[in-house]
Amino acid sequence: MQKIRSSEITPEHVYLSRRRFIRLGALALGSTALTACGGQLGETLAGRPAPAAPTQPADAATDALGIKRDEFGDPANSFETISTYNNYYEFTEDKEGVAQLAANFKAEPWKVTVGGLVSNPRTYDIDDLRRKFDQEERIYRLRCVEGWSMVIPWIGFPLHKLLAEVQPKAEAKYVRFESLLDPNQYPNQRPLSLYPWPYTEGLRLDEAMHDLTLMVTGLYGRPLPNSNGAPLRLAVPWKYGFKSIKAIVKIELTAEQPKTLWNTLAPHEYGFYSNVNPQRPHPRWSQATERRIGESGRRPTLMFNGYAERVAGLYAGMDLQANY
Amino acid sequence: MSWLRANGLRLAVHIGALAPLGVIILDNYRYNLTANPIQELTVRTGKAALVLLVLSLACTPLNTVFGFRQALRVRRALGLYGFMYVVLHLAVFAVLDYGLDLQMIGQTIVEKYYIIAGFLAFLILIPLAVTSTRGWMARLGKRWKSLHQLVYLAVPLAVMHFALLVKSLSSRPEPLIFGAATIMLLALRVSGVRRASAHCASKARCYFRSAFKPTQRQAAWPTGDRSGHPPEDAISGTA
Repeated sequence: MQKIRSSEITPEHVYLSRRRFIRLGALALGSTALTACGGQLGETLAGRPAPAAPTQPADAATDALGIKRDEFGDPANSFETISTYNNYYEFTEDKEGVAQLAANFKAEPWKVTVGGLVSNPRTYDIDDLRRKFDQEERIYRLRCVEGWSMVIPWIGFPLHKLLAEVQPKAEAKYVRFESLLDPNQYPNQRPLSLYPWPYTEGLRLDEAMHDLTLMVTGLYGRPLPNSNGAPLRLAVPWKYGFKSIKAIVKIELTAEQPKTLWNTLAPHEYGFYSNVNPQRPHPRWSQATERRIGESGRRPTLMFNGYAERVAGLYAGMDLQANY
Repeated sequence: MSWLRANGLRLAVHIGALAPLGVIILDNYRYNLTANPIQELTVRTGKAALVLLVLSLACTPLNTVFGFRQALRVRRALGLYGFMYVVLHLAVFAVLDYGLDLQMIGQTIVEKYYIIAGFLAFLILIPLAVTSTRGWMARLGKRWKSLHQLVYLAVPLAVMHFALLVKSLSSRPEPLIFGAATIMLLALRVSGVRRASAHCASKARCYFRSAFKPTQRQAAWPTGDRSGHPPEDAISGTA
């Protein structure tokens, strides 16, 4: 983690105290009925951030108050929120239940094999990865297909650095990712589970090589919490959250488009690409708007989750209604 | 004691039906509504509504099949509390979630099948809630019953609303449980099914009574007693 200067990392007391600060603010703002009720809902409703200074640097940054913000000026969610509100179906379908069930997950030692159509297949220890590749902070928005979103300060390294080391062969067109299969650690992987475990995901090679595609090893300057997919997960910020596979044990370069778990379960709802796209409705959740965790009401969902400028080129000429 | 026997069920219904709301209010102050409180409120109010509406469907069969007359006295309360949670559910959706943005709400209602089903159920329940008073009962006479039979449509729509919004029914069987209960409770209203099950229920009742009170069984089959004399407590009744 050499690359991050300590000044760039929000001290823990700052983001912990933010919660208290907002709560006090909510009480002070007793004018609206709901806020006057106090409590959590009051906090949520009062939690909408003050409009950010219009001149934000082009990239994510930490502001003068020590609050991390994305490039639009929206504040990052707290470490507590990010690590205790998770979709991690290997444990449970209950978002709040994940952190508890994941508390004893054994994330180390951990090995990741990188193989398939590569000239230099390798197996890495998680420590190798942390040492070998500079760890940098990236403040990304995560948009869940269920219609909620967060801003998350990930720590990690771009996947293209790893792929460069294993040297994909010319015939490699896709990257296939596989999560841990371990019913002893994952209660929901019990023998009669109806999910086609292990969790699998895939990217087209050019998507995988994009600089935004991050191999994540940490969060808020700390090692990745178990509930967020320790010790190694993916973050593909312009795609729905489920593409960002957790607890990766295998990365394979393939010539064929790999199967993915959600696409296998419900192909009419979850396509291979799963780019955030407000124009393509989902049968259950609004994709036109989203609820930012910590805010009341909804905000419009941005094409490619706000990363269009950087990734739209990957899909030039493609029909994104058909290739959803 | 006799007051409790007469009113215990009603008391339990009032307490039980208001409890989820109490817990929600408490949890709001204890910061216990998850990181996504609006979602949590939607789920909790929706489930409370569904449970109460299904329970209101259970009252009639409890009387006709099991002879439990008291159930009829809580039917209206269950239905109205169910409607209260439906209204809260909708208020969370429209006010907290969508900030009363009517255009966005309208778009969502027509776009998502599950919202269409839920909204229809809500529309059906409005006249039922309005005409739940004795005054309306008298005014509508026979038509009151036909009107209130619309609940046979509203509850399945509400179950469908739930079933359509879970990711996968095989991994989340809750809507199936509500669905099975609803189908069973509606089937028990079909006269053939009702009569057959009432017959079974009374037989089962007899069987259990005799099974748990061996003295009665002996009395019922006196030949089983080799002495030929009925046992003493069979004479003095059900000791």
